Parts: sequence; C-alpha cells; structure tokens
Amino acid sequence: MESNIITTRRLRAYYGFDLILKDIDISIPRNRITAIIGPSGCGKTTLLRCFNRLHELTPGAKIEGKILLEGNDILKLNPIEVRRKIGMVFQKPNPFPNMSIYDNVIAGYKLNGTKQSKEKLDEIVESSLKKAGLWNEVKDSLYKKGIYLSGGQQQRLCIARALAMNPEVLLLDEPTSALDPKSSAYIEEVLVELKKTVTIIIVTHNIAQAGRISDYTAFLYLGRLIEFGPTEKVFTAPKNLQTERYLSGKFG
Amino acid sequence: MEGIKDRIFRFLIFLCASTVILIAAGMCITLFINSLPVLKHMGVSFILSSDWDPVNNKFGILPFLVGTLITSFLSLLISLPFSISTAILLGEYLRKGRMAIFLQNIIDLMAGIPSVIYGFWGLLVLVPIVQKVEIKLNIIPYGVGIFTASIVLATMVIPYTASIAREVISLVPDDLREAGYALGATRWEVIRCIVIPHAKTGIFAGVLLAFGRAIGETMAVTMIIGNRNQIPKSIFAPANTMASAIANQFTEATSDIYVSALIGVGLVLFMVTVIINYAGRYIIKRLEIK
Amino acid sequence: MKKRLVIDKVLFSLIILFSFITIMPLFLILVYIIKEGIGIVNWNFLTGLPKPVGESGGGIFNAILGTAIICLMAFFMAVPIGVGAGIYLSEKKEGRFVELVRICIDILQSAPSIVLGIIAYLWLVKPMKAFSAFSGSVALAIMMLPVVVYNTEESLKIIPYSLREAAFALGVPYYKVILKVVIPSGLSGIITGILIGISRIAGETAPLLFTAFGSPHVNLNPLKPMASLPLLIFNYALSPYPEWIKQAWGASVILCFMIFLLNLLSRIGTKRWKVTL
Repeated sequence: MESNIITTRRLRAYYGFDLILKDIDISIPRNRITAIIGPSGCGKTTLLRCFNRLHELTPGAKIEGKILLEGNDILKLNPIEVRRKIGMVFQKPNPFPNMSIYDNVIAGYKLNGTKQSKEKLDEIVESSLKKAGLWNEVKDSLYKKGIYLSGGQQQRLCIARALAMNPEVLLLDEPTSALDPKSSAYIEEVLVELKKTVTIIIVTHNIAQAGRISDYTAFLYLGRLIEFGPTEKVFTAPKNLQTERYLSGKFG
Repeated sequence: MEGIKDRIFRFLIFLCASTVILIAAGMCITLFINSLPVLKHMGVSFILSSDWDPVNNKFGILPFLVGTLITSFLSLLISLPFSISTAILLGEYLRKGRMAIFLQNIIDLMAGIPSVIYGFWGLLVLVPIVQKVEIKLNIIPYGVGIFTASIVLATMVIPYTASIAREVISLVPDDLREAGYALGATRWEVIRCIVIPHAKTGIFAGVLLAFGRAIGETMAVTMIIGNRNQIPKSIFAPANTMASAIANQFTEATSDIYVSALIGVGLVLFMVTVIINYAGRYIIKRLEIK
Repeated sequence: MKKRLVIDKVLFSLIILFSFITIMPLFLILVYIIKEGIGIVNWNFLTGLPKPVGESGGGIFNAILGTAIICLMAFFMAVPIGVGAGIYLSEKKEGRFVELVRICIDILQSAPSIVLGIIAYLWLVKPMKAFSAFSGSVALAIMMLPVVVYNTEESLKIIPYSLREAAFALGVPYYKVILKVVIPSGLSGIITGILIGISRIAGETAPLLFTAFGSPHVNLNPLKPMASLPLLIFNYALSPYPEWIKQAWGASVILCFMIFLLNLLSRIGTKRWKVTL
C-alpha cells in the first residue's frame, strides 16, 4: 500500500453556477507520477488548479469539499502558504521577462522577500537547474534574460523555478504541449528522475505521454473521476467502457 | 483570506481611481456653481445675446460662440486636405521605411511645439504677411483676426487629424486592397473606392476630435485673434473665441459677476469640448471593436 | 486606360505635394525661432535674471527654474495617482465603477487647458487669496493625469496573465505580484506615458495665466507666484519692447529644446526599458 500525499473528499469546483468538478475523491500517492487524462473540458486543469488554489483567483470560481495535504485541509490554510508547498508549471513556458535566468530560478524567494545569503542562493540556483536538467546549458549565461532561451529550455527553467521552493508536490499543466518532440522527450526524462524527491501530478492531452511516464493514471470525464489506478492497469485493462473508448482514441 | 497588505494595496489603487472621479466631478460642480450668478443674472440671454459689455454688467456670449465656431471650422477646412494627404501617404504609400519614420517623427514634433510658440510665430511672422494681403485686397489691414488665427490653428491640428486618420487607414484590411488590385484598379482607385469608404467613419471621428481640440485651443488664438467682443462681420475681422475671451479678460475682471460670466464661458466651452470628444472617441472605440 | 494611369500619377503627386506643404510650417517655425533666438542664448541668458525695461541683457533663469519646479510638483501629484488608477483599471477591466472612471478620464482628457486654469484658480487661488506656483502645478497635474492613467493601463493590459499565474503559483501575495512582476514588465510603457505627460504640460501657458501668474524673481516658495518659460514667452511676446521680444525668441529656443529632449528621451526610454514578452 502506497502512502498518499494528497487526498480529496467530495471536491466540487464551480465557475459561477457551472459545476466543473463533481464530487472528486482521489488519493495521490507520494513520490509517484500521477497523470490526469481526459477529453477537453473534462475538468483536468481545474482539478490541478484546485490543488494549489489557483482556481479561486478566477472571478466567480469556488471550491467545496476537502483537499488534504498530509492530513491538513488546504482549503482552510492560507493559499499563499499552500502555493509555496505545491509548485506549478504551466502549459506555455512563462519565465519572468524582466529577470535573468538566475533571478528567475530564485524568483520565489525574491518576490516573497525571503532573505537568503548569496552562497545559499547560488546553491539553490545550481541544484534546481541541475534537477531540471538545464544547468549544463546555462551555467555560463546565468545573468542573461530567461526569455532568450528556447521554448524547451524556458520550460525547464520554469521547472527549476518551481523546484527552487522545495515543494512537496509539483503540478504540471500540459507542460510539453507547446514544445517540439525532442524537448518534450527531454522534459519527460527530467520528470521521471524528479519523482525521487517530489510528488508529480501532470495533466496531459497526450495519452502516450501518460503511458510512458506515469505510475498512476486518473481519467476524468465531464467533471467526474471515472477511473483511477496504476497506469498499467488503467491502460491494459480499464474497468470502465468510457476509459477504454478514450484510450483507444474513439473520442476526446 | 487575503493578507492585510493585499487589502491595503487594493484599497490604495481603488482610492487612486476614485480620485480621478472626484476630480472630474469636482470640476463640473465647481464650474456650475460658480457660473450660477451670471446664469441667474442673464438667463437664456447669456447664450443668445450678442451684447458683451462688462462695464454695464451685460454678458451675452454669442460673439464668442460664433467666433469659436467660425475659427475652428475654418481651421478644419484649411487643414483637411493636408492632413488627409499626409495620412494617405503614411497609411497607404509609405507604410514602412526610413521616409515614413522621418515623416511620422516630423509630425510628432509638430504636435509637440507649445501653443504659445505657434502664437508667437503667428504674431510676428504671419500677421505682417496677412496685413500686406489685406492691403492688396483693400480691406482694413488688422493683420490679426479670425483668418490668421485659423491658419495657425490649422497647422496645430494637422498632426492630430493626420495621426488618427493614418491609424484608421492602416486598419483597413489588406485583403480588401488586394481584391481591388486584383481587379486591375490603380492605386488611386483603390484608395478612392476601397480605402476611403472603409475608413471614412474613422476619419470623421478624427476630424471631430481635431475640432474639439481646435475649440479648446487657447494661447495661439488668444495672441492673434484680436480680442474684440463683437460678432465678426468678415473672416478677416478681429474677434474672440470662448477660450481667448477667458484668457484675455480673467485677470482684468474686477466684479464678481464679471468673473462669474467668464467662468460661465468656461462651463459652456467645457461642455462643448466634452460632448464633441465623447462623440469622437465613441466612434473610434466602436471601430476598434469591429 | 491611359487616362486612368495619368489620374493615378497626378493624384499621387498631389498627395506628395500636400504632405510636403504640411511639414513646411514646422521647418518655418524652427528656422525662425533658431534664427531669431539662438544668438541671444548664452551663459548669462540661462543663469541671469530679468532686467528692468530699458536695460539690455538679463536672463531667464527664474523662468527655467520655475518651469522645472512647477512640472516637478505636477509630476509628484499626477504620477502616483495616475499609475495607481491605471493599475486599478487594468486589474478590474470591467464593471460600472470602472466605466465611470473611464468616462471621467475622457472628461479630464478633453477639458481645455484654460478651463483647468479656472478650476485651479477656484480651488486654490481664490480661497488662499494669492497666486501660487502650487495652484499652477495642480492645474498641470490634472492635465497630465489622464495621459499617465491611459498609458499605464494600456501597458499593463498586455502583460500576459500567465506571468501573474506563475508568480501566484510561487506563493507570492497579490500586491507583490503587481509591484514586482506586472509593473516591471510594463515599465517602459509607464515611463513613456509619464514622459509624454511631462512634455505635454511643460509647454502649457493657459493653465498658468491666473494660477502661477509669473514673477520676475527667483522664487522657491510654492505658495507664491512663480515664473515659467511659456508664461514668460507669452508676456514678452505681447510686450512693445524689442529687447523683450528678442528674449522671447531665446526662451522659445530653450523651451522647444527641452520638449524635443523629453520626446527623444521617451523614445529612447521605450527601447531601453522595453521588456520582451
């Protein structure tokens, strides 16, 4: 039996009066990669954005139910604290355009005004970039603007930025959908390496990608969690007809 | 769940936005309250009477209204061929390249020259020239007057109309132009039959905004319009616009009712420019949405 | 067919001709100002004070200093409020209150400068019973305000939402997201707006006629009348003394130079602080 890091209880999310997530109960295992798949508009991204409470930044958005992180309900915590513990990487690479590569990595410290010694910061930058597999490419140009990197490099910079905060969970929202296949493959390698230290939840449109890298797969359809289990099982012997149809490309 | 600092920040920017409203509302209210004495004193004849005689406490602003309208209208007429030509040149013929940047910069520079310098130049250079022309034409050679003021005003509004018209012309979709060329139309035919009809509402809005600007323009006009409080008999006669009447007389106004009358002129001027500007902006906003 | 081509050529030539005439006034004015004014500009002119009528020489230091002080005061009033209101509009985007703010900005933008002079007179000069530099700078600040608000809003509106999200996801509180991520990314536009605003008010005369009023002395007290370059040009230009008219040309050279410099700065600034998004 795996130990779980995040557990949701009857999680509902709204946009205005639209119910986007309908009573989701899911347990995310620690130090594993969990993929969330499903057709467009099924609520995958919303679910991801509930975990770090970005969802509620949209006007009219609301969350009900419970999301337990290590047993604490994050809906009762300060969202700012939650977001420092749960990092996120977005669909399109979004490094801060006014900051150098170095400053981008430590942006979480800089923007929050957390004071750290120069040596400590150097250490954080180096280790985060190494974990994100970017160190060798940028170690000589740390003070260049992050915006001049290639798309794949920018996305790894964003991963490094999230890792620098030492998060317990890393959320990724279709992180490779804006990238070419080579960059995507490299990021997949990085993610598999990363799961030793951090729990990864990835939303993806790419079923093959989910099959390649994830340990667990959740299939969402029309706001409901249809099926959740070890990826092997979900892919080879889905219990639900809809899951099977989606995985075989019949809709979605 | 927000921190106290977030709340303070939100409150501060809300306060800034509220200040903008307070200032605008305060302006309208202040102008209105301070015009009340003259409005009570004169009634409707404040706008309808052509008798502006501060010594006898008669304040009819019709001469200023007429002066303002004629000057602004004339300046628009003079400027239109020039501003539209420049806009077509920049928006159609020279859309990129050094020449276009050069011309655009010159137009921006023209817009930047202070009004008082236009007036100064008009007074010392243009007025003597107009005087000579007037002698030739055998009319009283004032030099100063509506005609001279309109010419200076025209040079001042050209950059304004040209910039807006250029924007609007460049908004015309390229595929429309190409459709025209594909039918064998010449460049001018494309401009006349496709670009201008498509851009004409926007150009009209630009002209409207320029009109609003010409009406409110003060210093250059004050210096060369001749400061006379009568309805002008010809376009070469001296006159006063609303803005120039205020500028010329405000510090001389001794009695309270005289000051109130000038503030009343300000109120009318303010309302006219706000309405014209609002109309112009409304048209442009609707075009941008399309 | 030939006729059509001829018309095409003729009208193109006409457009060129008219455009050429359009830019003539600028050259005429510049040439004239420089021809008449450059000769008088020297160290004494820049640092000296006006002399009484009849004496030759004298300078415009009081006016240069006055313009700088009045514009600086207007800057400190218009920039915080304008940037704040611009942030508010770019954050809120819609709603009744936002519409009201936009309408008010349009009203301020279209108010003729002379009307702003009347307002500052009624708000400050009349109650305080004295012309003052401060009242003049209030009038100019109201004039500058809509420019700053508009440019701030426009340059913040185009900052992609993904940048905010990235900062929020790092656990950064709202006010720091705005101050440290959104504003730095839109800084070039904001600075350009401020510089355009200053260059717009630096040459203004009408709002100062019955507020700052003018003064032949060097004055550092904002509650007293103060000289300014456009006012001095206006007063000297209408004077009957050739010596003063000469000085007005000199002052025009300085004023134009200052405003062109501000324009240039705003262009360089746009490139220098530009953040590639």
